[in-house]
Amino acid sequence: MTVGLNEYLFLSALLFAIGFFGVLLRKNTLVIYMCLELMLVASTVALVAFSHFNRTMDGNVFVFFILTVAAAEVAVGLAIIVALFRRRQTIQVEELNALKN
Amino acid sequence: MSSDIFFYIFAALTAGSALAVVFTKNTVAAALSLLVSLVGVAAIFVLLDAFLLAALMVFVYAGAVVALFLFIVMLLDSQGGTRKPFKKATLFSGFVALLLLIVGLASFAQRGAQAAIVHEVPAAAVPVGASLRAYGEQLFTTYLLPVQIVGFLLLIAMLGVIVLSKKFEGLGDIK
Repeated sequence: MTVGLNEYLFLSALLFAIGFFGVLLRKNTLVIYMCLELMLVASTVALVAFSHFNRTMDGNVFVFFILTVAAAEVAVGLAIIVALFRRRQTIQVEELNALKN
Repeated sequence: MSSDIFFYIFAALTAGSALAVVFTKNTVAAALSLLVSLVGVAAIFVLLDAFLLAALMVFVYAGAVVALFLFIVMLLDSQGGTRKPFKKATLFSGFVALLLLIVGLASFAQRGAQAAIVHEVPAAAVPVGASLRAYGEQLFTTYLLPVQIVGFLLLIAMLGVIVLSKKFEGLGDIK
């Protein structure tokens, strides 16, 4: 059985699912953030696979932009987490319930 | 084919270390598993002839992003913490989401098996793959506007990080 587009898409969906459940299950903001990155990377796998099997460059260029945006996003998100920790002394999501009730 | 074996090896590596990110309790171990997973994705990119993207993946993600994560973990020292059990509603919705995802993945696999017809691959309109020249031509013609927007976005992100991490004592600091 030769590896085609479907195998790559399956891998992409699997990675996305794993990242999704990480976001659902974990309580540590940093780990939730890592799982968000995992979901972003899963989408890039699908794009590169489409690009390869359609013989166009567009998907690859798109992944280029996704990498840039992801780098900016990580920098800002981690700065927000650090600011949050400074103010509240915790990064566990269950203790960040100021907006509840 | 030999590249098929490589695909399965790297796919297993990527998915396994992604699972480790989710299930390990140690934050540093999670960051290092993320590193392994990203390198696995870079290897998958190599199998897809996207050599430049694979290199960028290792530089940007494995180099910069994971290092940043490790720095923040070191800075915050967020080990431990009490683990409250999940609420019933959370468990139920998580279970429903899991079922839906399993159905989705199964339909992927099944349709993939059905559509095992060899796809007619169109001839390359643009030279595909590693050549930096192809990327340059695309980036500076078709995608010129997105390139400029992304540059502006990076500038804004830099300013945002500086503002977020600087301590403002009072209004006098903001000039």
